Amino acid sequence: MTRRAPYDGIVVTTPVSIPYVRFSTRGAHWWIGRALAALVRDSGLSKDRFDGVCATSMSLAPDTAVGIVQHHGLTPRWLDYIPMGGVTGVVAMRRAARAVQAGDADIVACVAGDTNHIDSFRQGLENFSQFGKDAVYPIGTGGPNASFAFLTDYYMRTYGARREDFGKMCVAQRENALAYPHALFKAPLTLDRYMNARPIAEPVHLFDCVMPCAGAEAYLVMREAEARDLGLSFGRILGTIERHNAYTDDPVQYRGGWAMDSGELYGMAGIAPNDIDFFETYDDYPVINMLQFEDLGFCAKGEAPDFVRSHSLTTDGSFPINTSGGQLSVGQAGGAGGFLGTVEAIRQVTGQALGTPVPDARIGLIGGYGMISYDRGVCSAAAILAAGD
Amino acid sequence: MNANPLLDMVRGIAERNIRVIDLTQTLSPDFPQIELPPEMGQCWPFRLEEVSRYDDRGLAAYWNNFSCGEHTGTHFDAPIHWVSGRNLPNNSTDTVPVENMVAPACVVDCATHAEQNADFLLSADFLRNWEEEHGRIPPRSWVLMRTDWSKRSDPESYQNFDEEGQHTPGPDTDAVRFLVEERDVMGFGSECIGTDAGQAMHLRPPYPCHYYIHGAGRYGLQCLTNLDLLPPTGSVLFTAPLKIKQGSGSPLRVLALVWEG
Amino acid sequence: MAKPLTKPKRKNPVLRTRAPMLPPAPRSRISLGLTSGAARGAFELQVCRDCGAVQYPPREACRECLSDLLDWTPQRGTGELVAHTTLRHAMENYFRERLPWRLGIVKLDREGANEAPSLIVHVHGDCGEPPCRVRVRAMLDRAGQAVLLALPEKDTPHMSDDPQMRELTCDPKFRKVFVTDGKSPVGQSVVKAMIAAGSDLVWVGEAAPWKKIPGFEEIRALPEVTVVDLDVTNPDSVKRCAGQIGPKVDILVNTAEQHRAYSVGSRYGTENARAEMEINYFGLLRLAQEFGPVMMARGGDTETNAVAWVNILSIFALANNPDQSTFSASKAAAHSLAQAMRAGMHRSGVRVINLYPGPLDVEWNQELRPPKVTPAALARAIVGALQGGAEDVYPGDVAKDWYERWRTDPKVLERELAHGE
Repeated sequence: MTRRAPYDGIVVTTPVSIPYVRFSTRGAHWWIGRALAALVRDSGLSKDRFDGVCATSMSLAPDTAVGIVQHHGLTPRWLDYIPMGGVTGVVAMRRAARAVQAGDADIVACVAGDTNHIDSFRQGLENFSQFGKDAVYPIGTGGPNASFAFLTDYYMRTYGARREDFGKMCVAQRENALAYPHALFKAPLTLDRYMNARPIAEPVHLFDCVMPCAGAEAYLVMREAEARDLGLSFGRILGTIERHNAYTDDPVQYRGGWAMDSGELYGMAGIAPNDIDFFETYDDYPVINMLQFEDLGFCAKGEAPDFVRSHSLTTDGSFPINTSGGQLSVGQAGGAGGFLGTVEAIRQVTGQALGTPVPDARIGLIGGYGMISYDRGVCSAAAILAAGD
Repeated sequence: MNANPLLDMVRGIAERNIRVIDLTQTLSPDFPQIELPPEMGQCWPFRLEEVSRYDDRGLAAYWNNFSCGEHTGTHFDAPIHWVSGRNLPNNSTDTVPVENMVAPACVVDCATHAEQNADFLLSADFLRNWEEEHGRIPPRSWVLMRTDWSKRSDPESYQNFDEEGQHTPGPDTDAVRFLVEERDVMGFGSECIGTDAGQAMHLRPPYPCHYYIHGAGRYGLQCLTNLDLLPPTGSVLFTAPLKIKQGSGSPLRVLALVWEG
Repeated sequence: MAKPLTKPKRKNPVLRTRAPMLPPAPRSRISLGLTSGAARGAFELQVCRDCGAVQYPPREACRECLSDLLDWTPQRGTGELVAHTTLRHAMENYFRERLPWRLGIVKLDREGANEAPSLIVHVHGDCGEPPCRVRVRAMLDRAGQAVLLALPEKDTPHMSDDPQMRELTCDPKFRKVFVTDGKSPVGQSVVKAMIAAGSDLVWVGEAAPWKKIPGFEEIRALPEVTVVDLDVTNPDSVKRCAGQIGPKVDILVNTAEQHRAYSVGSRYGTENARAEMEINYFGLLRLAQEFGPVMMARGGDTETNAVAWVNILSIFALANNPDQSTFSASKAAAHSLAQAMRAGMHRSGVRVINLYPGPLDVEWNQELRPPKVTPAALARAIVGALQGGAEDVYPGDVAKDWYERWRTDPKVLERELAHGE
């Protein structure tokens, strides 16, 4: 394989989050507008300087990025729309970085925002994909609960994971979330409470499920020199990967596309898994954390349960994951859920954590996973960020 | 006394000296229809379909379409109905002389016999016996066979089928020939679905009443009711069929006038 | 093992009758091929003509070789249940009202060079824990669209009593059936078959009560049978009958039929043709207008809801048999109307099942050579459709033969029939 060019001189900066709410009476454009305004405020740039925009939303229909730029009065020379759910944070970064690197744009606003009306989650499921509409939604799956129940059921039976193992991750993430001001879940979670929660789609129980909500996340991608001129702290992109529709013959998804590409990820970054200081996984259900631990090289296939048992997973402990609480505790703001880990990782490596900072956080890993179009998440992605100085 | 006896008659009706008796069954979809072997053409039963009932189909109006055969409900048989009358003059409903639509009636009470024997056949001797009691049947009068069959309100009992067919009373061959050839009657009337008996296709000839009555240019009345309200003699029938072009028969309203004195 | 269904208690009359809800019905056009198969009782998936890969979910091009030559092909349906879940929560009201609900993923057995797809399926309660062997079938759901159901590898006792299975079928067990004409040989067979299938109350329509038909008194004497007056040519009779029993009918089987064997030229005039239309077409229309709404209102009524309307059409409805031309035409009219009934009734979950038998072994087909479908075989086909989930059934060898020829090329069939083949 041709060695991929590094992202030298390209940085990520200005992480912004618009505090989530369970239900919003606002439209998706309101949430995206707030995020763009926050980027302007925190970067000190006028919006005219955003000559590139990469956007995602799941509640914006019939609009796309085109609607966003007209709605918000932007005039970019580079525009991208990435309807890819849980991988968007990483995918936006790697595309924006190449655009800036190539000179197609100077400053790219990467923005994700979604509203959540009373019935919009169900409507989103109903119209999620053609395969979903034909073969999933009509049989009552009610969206990701059943899909992840299949994955969890298969994984537990095949690799011996126990509910307590998933519970440990949920409890650790909740502890992280208690320090993060925007988390919707503010009550501590005990393992006991986790174990006694009502079943949703067995073996998935209540605290295994993310809560749909409204919110927005954004960041900027620019040249390092530009960031320095503006006095913005920044992180560097050491490596990224993206893979879609991997391992189609697996009867049930027990590995993601990361397993195809993790060698390249670490090779490009020039580091090894044990150099990672914290890991923002894509965590809409805890079983996916385990797949990422394995497929991104922290343990062998099937060993994630043991890996979980041997780490605290809290921000201040061993192997911190989802340092803001992750979607399981912050909420899943539609497409912005795909940005949550990326924005949190930028904060951690730039020393701007809103919650508990990871001690000496230098290198963070971001996992992305998304779009259960039929029986499995089609998209996977990952990126390694490093502190800028 | 008026110079015009018709006005006397009208006054008689108004003052109830003359009673008007309806000999007609209600035209209803539930009223049974002649039942023929299934491979034969069939006479339609009475059917009613609403056109509108003060609704979107017709605003302020209630009305129906109906359909039926010529030989449905209480009905009139014209000579052209039977092969024996096919070439006679004035043999269809539109050409039957209107004078023939008003005529006296003799009522022959066979109710007891019919009750005892559904296949009862009215014989010439029976008629002669009747004449001994009530006098000779006048020419151009109706002979109505009272069986009280019309009191069978249940269609199944009215039709009275078993696996050999229908069992209803009617005249035998000699009786019909007697009425036609020796008494010159206007026609023969029955309370059953046919003027002929239910098993009349086994008589010689089959369906003798149809054969001889219509062959003589005379008429039939079927599905009559209220014959028990008529005197044996002295009543007058009004029997005007619909003026159907080349009609073989027609449902009709049969009215009887009875002098009460 | 599925718990055997016990006779449901009488419903509490002070509670609202549950309104019919449907599982989500929208599908892409291409995926309706699955529904097309399920409507015939077949489980068909697209198979690539070029590389043999079996496709699921339905798609426009082969996932292996990008060929667009994907043929809907019958599948054995055997495979392994690899994962399952029991839903305790659902987004759609239809499923919320029916929880818990078992779902799973089945890896179909590999048939050729390519890996077989994974299927997301409804799972019958008698299937074991994964991994276990199962049979997958395509079934129509209450919305009339195909879904997949995994059954245990071998039949189990009381299998059809499984609540999820019962949602996908119209099983007569403990349901109240109305057979519109119980006097014909077909009507009598249907009554007996419904009782044998577990219906505990069969209303039997009787027109012309004076007609003595062999066997009918035997039918009348059956403890499950109640005879009611019904003459489908009489609007008032249909209205009365619907008012009398309509709110209790779960399955209506329209056996009222007028059948004469005449060609255009062999029977002068239209009296006979009208009689055929009067019963076979207008009779159906009258029944649909009087019984349709009240049955639709009960499409969601507990476990013994109104579920099915069965029309006995004829394979001659698809292509006119010139020797029985007016009968064929009346059945074609009924077929067309039945399509519209389906469009109307599916909103309530009441399934319209059409049977297109070949010539029946009855008096009006006396001159036809075998094979002929006996009334008992037709009745079995009706019960089979109710229990099995198909909505279009072609009983008998002649029907299957004609149907295949009609699917292949209706013009060829027309020409062959014109020449007496």
